[in-house]
Amino acid sequence: MAETPLVEQLVTLRQQALAELAQLADLNALDAWRIRYLGRKGALRQVLRDLGRLPPAQRPRAGQVSNEVKEALEAAFAARVQAVKQAQLEAALARERLDVTLPGYPVSLGRLHPSTQTLREIVAIFADMGFQVFESREVETDLYNFELLNIPPYHPARDMWDTFYLNERVVLRTHTSPGQIRAMQAYCPHPIRVVLPGMCYRYEAVTARSEIMFHQVEGLAVGTHVTMADLKGVLVTFARRMFGEQRRVRFRCSHFPFTEPSVEVDIDCLVCSGQGCAVCKHTGWVEILGAGMVHPQVLRNGGYDPEVFTGFAFGLGPERIAMLKYGIDDIRYFFSNDLRFLEQFG
Amino acid sequence: MRVPLSWLQEFVDLVVPLDTLVERLTLAGLEVSAVEHVGADWPRDKLLVGQVLEVKPHPQADRLVLAVVDIGRGAPLTAVTGAPNLRPGDRGQKVAVACEGAELWDGTSAVPRRMTLRRARIRGVESVAMLCSEKELGLSDDHSEVLLLDPEAPVGRPLQDVLGETVLEVELTPNLARAHCVVGLAREVAALTGQRLRGWPPPDPLAAGPHQARTSFVTVHSADPQLCPRYSAALIENVRLGPSPLWLRQRLRLSGMRPINNVVDITNYCMLETGQPLHAFDYETLQLRQGIVVRPAAAGERLRTLDGVERVLAEGMLLITDDRGPIALAGIMGGEDTEVTARTRHVLLESANFHFLSIRRTAQRLRLTTEAGQRFGRGVDSTLTVPALLRAARLMERLAGGRLHPEIADTYPLPPAPKTIALRPAEVRRLLGMDFAVAELQRLLEALEFRCTPRHDTEGAYLDVEVPSYRLDVSIPADLVEEVARLHGYDAIPETLLRDVLPPQRSQPLLEGVERTRDILVGCGLTEVISYSLTSLETVRRSVVDAATVDAAAYLRLANPISQEREVLRRSLLPSLLETLRTNSRFRKRLLFFEIGRVYEPQPGEELPREPRRLGIALSGPLLPPSWHYHGESPEQLGYTHLKGIVETLCQRLNVPEVRFVPASHPSLLPGRTAALELGGQRLGILGELHPQVRERFDLPDQPVALLELDLEQLLAHRQPRRYQRLSRFPAVLEDMALVVDAEVPAQAVADAIRTAGGELLRQVTLFDLYTGDPIPPGKKSLAFSLVFQADDRSLSEDEVRVLYRRIQQHAAATLGAQPRQ
Ligand SMILES: [Zn+2]
Repeated sequence: MAETPLVEQLVTLRQQALAELAQLADLNALDAWRIRYLGRKGALRQVLRDLGRLPPAQRPRAGQVSNEVKEALEAAFAARVQAVKQAQLEAALARERLDVTLPGYPVSLGRLHPSTQTLREIVAIFADMGFQVFESREVETDLYNFELLNIPPYHPARDMWDTFYLNERVVLRTHTSPGQIRAMQAYCPHPIRVVLPGMCYRYEAVTARSEIMFHQVEGLAVGTHVTMADLKGVLVTFARRMFGEQRRVRFRCSHFPFTEPSVEVDIDCLVCSGQGCAVCKHTGWVEILGAGMVHPQVLRNGGYDPEVFTGFAFGLGPERIAMLKYGIDDIRYFFSNDLRFLEQFG
Repeated sequence: MRVPLSWLQEFVDLVVPLDTLVERLTLAGLEVSAVEHVGADWPRDKLLVGQVLEVKPHPQADRLVLAVVDIGRGAPLTAVTGAPNLRPGDRGQKVAVACEGAELWDGTSAVPRRMTLRRARIRGVESVAMLCSEKELGLSDDHSEVLLLDPEAPVGRPLQDVLGETVLEVELTPNLARAHCVVGLAREVAALTGQRLRGWPPPDPLAAGPHQARTSFVTVHSADPQLCPRYSAALIENVRLGPSPLWLRQRLRLSGMRPINNVVDITNYCMLETGQPLHAFDYETLQLRQGIVVRPAAAGERLRTLDGVERVLAEGMLLITDDRGPIALAGIMGGEDTEVTARTRHVLLESANFHFLSIRRTAQRLRLTTEAGQRFGRGVDSTLTVPALLRAARLMERLAGGRLHPEIADTYPLPPAPKTIALRPAEVRRLLGMDFAVAELQRLLEALEFRCTPRHDTEGAYLDVEVPSYRLDVSIPADLVEEVARLHGYDAIPETLLRDVLPPQRSQPLLEGVERTRDILVGCGLTEVISYSLTSLETVRRSVVDAATVDAAAYLRLANPISQEREVLRRSLLPSLLETLRTNSRFRKRLLFFEIGRVYEPQPGEELPREPRRLGIALSGPLLPPSWHYHGESPEQLGYTHLKGIVETLCQRLNVPEVRFVPASHPSLLPGRTAALELGGQRLGILGELHPQVRERFDLPDQPVALLELDLEQLLAHRQPRRYQRLSRFPAVLEDMALVVDAEVPAQAVADAIRTAGGELLRQVTLFDLYTGDPIPPGKKSLAFSLVFQADDRSLSEDEVRVLYRRIQQHAAATLGAQPRQ
């Protein structure tokens, strides 16, 4: 059976449209093609306008073919668009290929000084155990720096501190310990748990091992049930959190005029793990801090009755701790502000 | 303190290995900082004790001799030597013989140098061995003669066994003055190893006394018993001055003292052994009709001390005097006129006790540090004078041929009161957090020679503890608790965490603000520095354009500066920031620093200064780190506006609103590029660009330096609590407004005018362009702002915005003469 002219027209239209479509490679031309063939006033609609004039018997066949043609053109169009987009993307990718190994755009972020970083670590560890920061002045009276700490003028213990004097009565604090007295005077009669960070000064030749200026963090706990066993527990906790859970910690008898009994605390050497090396002077141990039970006279000077209250105190040096932790061999780097040093931290 | 182990062993048996001993001492507070093995490097097979069989003249050289020595094996060896203490005809001496191949110190070298002994022909005679000097063995610098060993030394024994020694170096804290001698250390070793001290004090028929102040040879008197609680003296007659025997010289040297002659060496030896300083006078130089009087000096008295220095004495310095006047500075140094010399026949030996304060004060005032002064300055047991005196006198009999006069002069006007301390187990528990039975406390304390008497009262059992005379450091129960703890071992004390109540916890806005500031600035790309608080006026003057503006009197000055660079306390962070720039500009171009630190401001009428915390910032160099993105260096340089941006960010993040930047001047900064930071009419700080004159003085490269310094505590005091602002559901209207004003009108004033007129509906004002030049007339500038209008309760109509916009333009015109840009 021969097809009606309209059907043949549709078939021709499909061939022509598909042939044209195959030639197109850009999205604008594709859009124009879509309007030309599938648009409201497009070629397909033009042909279908004549559908109503066909004899009724031919209409179903013509309607079926016209649907087939429309679907075929739409499918071909979608496939073509997809293909062109893919081709464009590939072309773009080829054009815009990145050397992904090139350095990124520089980001400018600063750094905290290693002493600040270490101070923060120390303060955070003690904060977890209920110790709050208490600050106290750097220029001190002889009274607070020495006498109230059980170190009278000309006492042999004065040999332990080489002191910068402003005049006979005023010194640059040689340790943060005068802050103990100030904290006690501020908080008496309440129990105390504080750490006192700050700068201290010693009249000393500046060498790789000693500085005229350094940070110290003092700790002080005063209460009715504070013992040497508590001191040990707190300091062992500190040492392990600061230097690693596996650290061995030992307490060595020592002497400070403001504590009795007094101890110094060592950890096994971080470099040789206790085998002995130059850093630990072949002892296997390195000292990290000094501590003790607050001397009854010092408690009294702070306003507390030593028959009722006991306390412990400790003092440690953040620079020394940082030196141990990072293996720094010269304390002078800390305040020389050399970027080549500072940039290694944080 | 250095202690030869063999000396220590005279007073205590060493029953534990050396490592254990070192650890126990260290843990007990006597830190052993070094263990030295003298002679450890002497080859055992090549350095031997030899005996001289014969000394023959050298056939070719007058100054040399041939010594034939027996080394206990093989045939005798021949050594050529030029030592003056071996002469032809000598025989029998024991010497240190080095055989071929032995490594020694070069005796002729000025600097320490090792050498290996080789067989040699010396003036035609074959020398196969060498007789060593002290220097060649590394014992001293003496190369003048051959070392002669003890006559008892066994021939053929390795020298190491005869002369080798182990020396402990012990660091002693001031409270351990009692252990600053061989006997004292031995006492500690005994307690720590379960042994008993032995051989001290040595038995002596004269020890028991009684002794009198008045004797046939001298009368002694202390005019001030507080300062001189005891003075003892002995007379040793007919001494023969000469060198000390080798063993004594060796021990002195290993302890760090130089041998001089037998009499002086013995006083030093006994001081090292007993802790009691002694002084030997030449008896015949003294005028003793009145006797020896110990008294404070009158102002202006003079004494030429042993070191040859004529000293003018201050009132109160304690003196030893004879009829004529001062003969010694008590407890510190003797006088030159009465010192022991080669001609001395009789020795008056002083063994006294002085108050530590008096000795320390005098030593400090005269800046005179001596072994005796240091010991007295830490406190010496006053019961020691006679035992130490007898020990030294008997040694002088043995080693210097003297004879001890059978009387001892002794005045003891102020014997110390015996100390007894009650120690309760509850007190030990209260301090240590650990239980001890009374019997255990007694056992531990008695090991340290505390005499304990168990007692009992209503509170239970306790101990009465009698303190030994030499324990000047023990006076309260806590002192005894320390003895218990260190002897028992700190290891045994349990580890607990605080069970006491947690004290009230306080809020700390200032500290939190400081740390927040640090974090913000690090986020802004700045690196934190910490500088010395001590600086010099010189540096301060260099940091300002006109040095005359520096008021030296406003600075706190050290009375004892350690260097000229660190003589005053800083009042500003800027000089040290400039130094930091200089330090780093040699190897970095891009420098962004901040410092948070204290400055020190003396207050009139106050003993102590204010110590406010400041923030300082220094910026210089390229804006961005070097990168290939912009072909190397960042095209833009850091300057004032970058610094201002950081300050604005800081204030915004800290939530300090209302900060104003006001044109200002500063002695270090460029006029016209400097602003003061003001808040509520208060000046908080300054920022600006460094004056080129100052920049040159700090050797900084020719690029802008932006500096800031502000009072951080004041800034933080202005922090406002954060308040949440509801997000408007209605659209914002964005408009641009360009205004032309006179060039001198600050941008801030224009923005302020816009805000004032815009009122509550104007939510945001942002400058997005600044333009001068054609077509803007000369002397004018155009400022373009983007404005955001918004209401919380409605959409703004076009009319509303137009009215507002026009009102802003009119207000700007009226207040600043601003014209809309066409
Ligand atoms: Zn090590």
